[in-house]
Amino acid sequence: MHPVLSLRGISKSFPGVKALQGVQLDLYAGQVTALIGENGAGKSTIVKVLTGIYQPEEGTIDIDGTPTRFATAQAAARAGVTAIHQETVLFDELSVAENIWLGHAPRTRLGLIDRRAMRDGAKRLLDSIGATLDPDLRLGDLGIASKHLVAIARALSTDARVVILDEPTAALSHKEIHELYELVETLKAQGKAILFISHKFDEVFRIADRYTVFRDGQFVGEGAMADATEDKLVQMMVGRSVDQIFPPRSHNIGDPVLTVAAYSHPTEFADINFTLHKGEILGFYGLVGAGRSEVMQALFGITTPSRGAVRIDGQVRVIRSTHEAIAAGIVYVPEDRGRQGAIRGLPIFQNVTLPSLARTGRSGFLRLAEEFHLSRDYTQRLDLRASSLDQELGLLSGGNQQKVVIAKWLATKPRVIILDEPTKGIDIGSKAAVHEFMAELAAEGLAVIMVSSEIPEVLGMSDRVIVMREGRIIDEVTGVRMTPETLVRAAAGIAEAA
Amino acid sequence: MTLLKHREVLLALAIGLLVWLVAIRFPAFLQPSSLVNVFNDTSPLILLAIGQMIVILTKCIDLSVAANLALCGMVAALLNGSGVPLPLILALAIALGVLLGAVNGLLVWKLEIPSIVVTLGTMTIYRGTIFLMTDGAWVNAHQMSSDFKALPRAVILGLPVMSWVAVAAIIVFTVLLTRTPLGRAFYAVGGNPHAAVYTGMNVGHTQCLAFMISGGLAGLTGYLWVARYAVAYVDIADGFELSVVAACVIGGVAIAGGAGSIAGAVLGALFLGVINNALPVVGISPFWQMAISGSAIVVAVAFNAAQSRTPGRIILKPQEAAR
Amino acid sequence: MTPAGRSIPDRLQSRRTRALRSWEMILLVVAVVVFIINSFASPYFLNAWNLSDATFNFTEKAMIAFAMAMLIIAGEIDLSVASIIALVSTAMGLAMQAGAGVPLLVVIGLGTGLLCGAVNGFLVAGMGLPSIVVTIGTMSLFRGISYIVLGDQAFTGYPDGFDYFGQGYVWWVFSFELVLFAAMAVAFWVLLHRTSFGRAVYAIGNNATAAQFSGIRVARVRFILFLLTGLTSGIAAICLTSRLGSTRPSIATGFELEVVTMVVLGGVSILGGSGSILGVVLAAFIMGMVTFGFGLLNVPGIVMSIFLGLLLIGVIAVPRLLRGK
Repeated sequence: MHPVLSLRGISKSFPGVKALQGVQLDLYAGQVTALIGENGAGKSTIVKVLTGIYQPEEGTIDIDGTPTRFATAQAAARAGVTAIHQETVLFDELSVAENIWLGHAPRTRLGLIDRRAMRDGAKRLLDSIGATLDPDLRLGDLGIASKHLVAIARALSTDARVVILDEPTAALSHKEIHELYELVETLKAQGKAILFISHKFDEVFRIADRYTVFRDGQFVGEGAMADATEDKLVQMMVGRSVDQIFPPRSHNIGDPVLTVAAYSHPTEFADINFTLHKGEILGFYGLVGAGRSEVMQALFGITTPSRGAVRIDGQVRVIRSTHEAIAAGIVYVPEDRGRQGAIRGLPIFQNVTLPSLARTGRSGFLRLAEEFHLSRDYTQRLDLRASSLDQELGLLSGGNQQKVVIAKWLATKPRVIILDEPTKGIDIGSKAAVHEFMAELAAEGLAVIMVSSEIPEVLGMSDRVIVMREGRIIDEVTGVRMTPETLVRAAAGIAEAA
Repeated sequence: MTLLKHREVLLALAIGLLVWLVAIRFPAFLQPSSLVNVFNDTSPLILLAIGQMIVILTKCIDLSVAANLALCGMVAALLNGSGVPLPLILALAIALGVLLGAVNGLLVWKLEIPSIVVTLGTMTIYRGTIFLMTDGAWVNAHQMSSDFKALPRAVILGLPVMSWVAVAAIIVFTVLLTRTPLGRAFYAVGGNPHAAVYTGMNVGHTQCLAFMISGGLAGLTGYLWVARYAVAYVDIADGFELSVVAACVIGGVAIAGGAGSIAGAVLGALFLGVINNALPVVGISPFWQMAISGSAIVVAVAFNAAQSRTPGRIILKPQEAAR
Repeated sequence: MTPAGRSIPDRLQSRRTRALRSWEMILLVVAVVVFIINSFASPYFLNAWNLSDATFNFTEKAMIAFAMAMLIIAGEIDLSVASIIALVSTAMGLAMQAGAGVPLLVVIGLGTGLLCGAVNGFLVAGMGLPSIVVTIGTMSLFRGISYIVLGDQAFTGYPDGFDYFGQGYVWWVFSFELVLFAAMAVAFWVLLHRTSFGRAVYAIGNNATAAQFSGIRVARVRFILFLLTGLTSGIAAICLTSRLGSTRPSIATGFELEVVTMVVLGGVSILGGSGSILGVVLAAFIMGMVTFGFGLLNVPGIVMSIFLGLLLIGVIAVPRLLRGK
């Protein structure tokens, strides 16, 4: 049997990062291939290559054995590849039927959109996937699960041959996930080649026929699901790559600094309890959407929890804004660096001193010499590479931007620093610098929280690991239990191996 | 209950209430001739609001509509003075409007200049051009041919032609927006520009077309305005662009783009029209008009925002989240 | 710990090379060229008193433009400034009729301006509404209140001494307005370029979310900026009312467009995040001198407005065309 779609030797790099290095992937008609790998393994990059958003530097894409190029997103769509993303990109203000047919709507003889044909077609497509949605509903009024169904129906309306389901269950309830499984069966029966991307092992075992594993942008292996075991897949996924060496840690853990008790939010998390000590690095592990960042953003005053108490050095602190969080000594290096961390249009030194202006300045007036002094201190400690401190931040690489964001917070002399996916999307060199620096900070007595989805990083850097799932703390892992298997199983909700 | 969620329905009820309140004390306001009059008076606002609504749908704004109207109206009056036949005048007025709209659209599309800057600039340029053409002179009723003046006032089936034009525009553009790929593209481009690119749309080009539609409607309205009031000068419809934007905002058109309906814009215009016509009837000085429409804009935008608040992310299972 | 890494220089370019390449430099050249053309075009131009008169063309608008520049740098806009002038002027007229003296008139003027700014600030910063629509609304509302009060009437007969603000001279040819303009230019330059508040304004204009994530109280800064445009509009209203000696509801019609044009011409990005007070000062001088020059040549005001419209689009379009964008 020949694959419908076959990728060979695909490489794609970004400044400082090799996102994909000669990977291969085959998709077969009527079969579900699961793509498995940790965050940063290159899964989202390969999806973007398949949908024409990225052009690889090397490698071939064959469809039915014919070499093809996806120069644009439209070219990929015309070739019959369609992707359903985590956050489906559709149009809230248009109806279900319109979303399905936008761009290729059936027409009447007058050239107008044939609304009846459109509605009937939408109904037929939705029925074919077992969805009982009214095609006239406004998309914005639907939940995320129904939006997925609409996206899938849209994919079918274009006669897609390859359907990519990228973390489709991330935001779904149990019942909805069950319905999705049935839908995947329907798609298989229609002969579509399906690429299924998921972190959750139970799902993969349930619906995939084949698997392909990536790690650190490289192809690790593939095979039939029937021959796979959970242990084997976990091994392939997390097998430690040789070039990642973590700095030595001092493990001088002192008194409690931050105590969080019965911390709850109406929709995002519930009953969060933990204590963070001086000199400690506390890892937070979990799947994407487990509620880790949400807890941290509440601690940083971005959102307001409904209940619970935060104590710093035993004193209850009420944090209603980022300003109050910083005053309490809690700072946060966000995951979404482009939107929340870096102010790209401002020079490096102004980014660094922004929260510290009260200290570098005098009664509201700026003192540039002090600002340069402070920025120089901290950027040097982080080994920042830049041509000058008044260079625009946006001109630096991602890794160097991240160093500036971290420097910004250290300059405030915090008690607690929260790093949310601190090395996501940055190059190996900067990664090592960030790790080394975290170890230094802890050694100096700072209390560090690190939210990370990269298992080697979590295990390599943390003293303890808290695992979250569906907005709750599921497990706290210490000592000998700190293994990749324990974390993966706890986060995915699989029982421990015997 | 679900019907009340549609703001068009709410707005229609508000207008009905307004008319009813006036009618309690002044029953004459409810007479068909009076209501026709209100609609006719509001027709220019309706026409421009339709164009503006399409522009706003695409995340832009057109502040030059009133200046465009005045320039096209003046050109129509001058053409009439030099003996050009009426159908040709109409065609030329619309064509000039489309052209002026295209100037806005091209600057937004090709040079990616924010629409507010472009149209702030072109509004002074278009209006200034009238002065350059006429040296500030007026074109008065006696300088216009009688057929030129008569057309908007001619009554067909109880409605003046000006009103019929508004009715036709409502129908044509409702069909355009709901039944053609271009119409849906306006929504898609404003609602989710990134996704629109993935579905093969050209955002800038679509925005340019919206400006051309807005311009064409302004050109058409320019002729109607000048002919109906039988006068053309530099300052006609001065500041009218604000009423037009107000009508859209009151009609629930989201200033951030992607949401709104022709019905909403038309009802927004009618809301302002009813107020303007009712004030003298109930004996309130027309000087109240401006403050009332200003308050209406502020209330409407606050109302829009309250309605479109998006709920946060839901991670906890529903039964847990309910607690 | 190990002090790793090389030392990064503070600045790459000297301030002088940077200044030579700046937008302000282009404006300066334009200003000089306009000055030279004007002095050749009319023998009346190079006269201290005539030049002094010319400054009245822009001082009131420029006072508002300083605050507007900060607001636009922060990513917002206030289209209601001209209507605030009308409302402030009306409030002063009412107070004058009730017998208020000059000091009280000034207090009422500034207070009304601040109040209007607070209304805009509450709607935008407090309720999170888009500033362009809010201020289009309050633009009608504020001037509408003036119309309700005045209709087609006017307030005249301001007390003796009130005329000083718009007609008085501090020394020789330097009018009170010109001196006030200069003082405000310095004050706003300090506020925007030399205080942490000014830094917060740039941060918000560049990336409001990241600014919030850096501990900046974004809503508070936005609110204060609207207060400032309200206050400067109040100051401008006092000067303008004093200069005209009367209040009509149509006072200062269209000022908002000239103020925005001045700000954009001064190099402030309409999308927020960049711009300088010096640029606004230079733009004010250019617009004032062009108006004055056209006036000396008997070119009507509306032609001037065409020129401004072309200028507004041109200054943004030309650099983009040159970059091939």
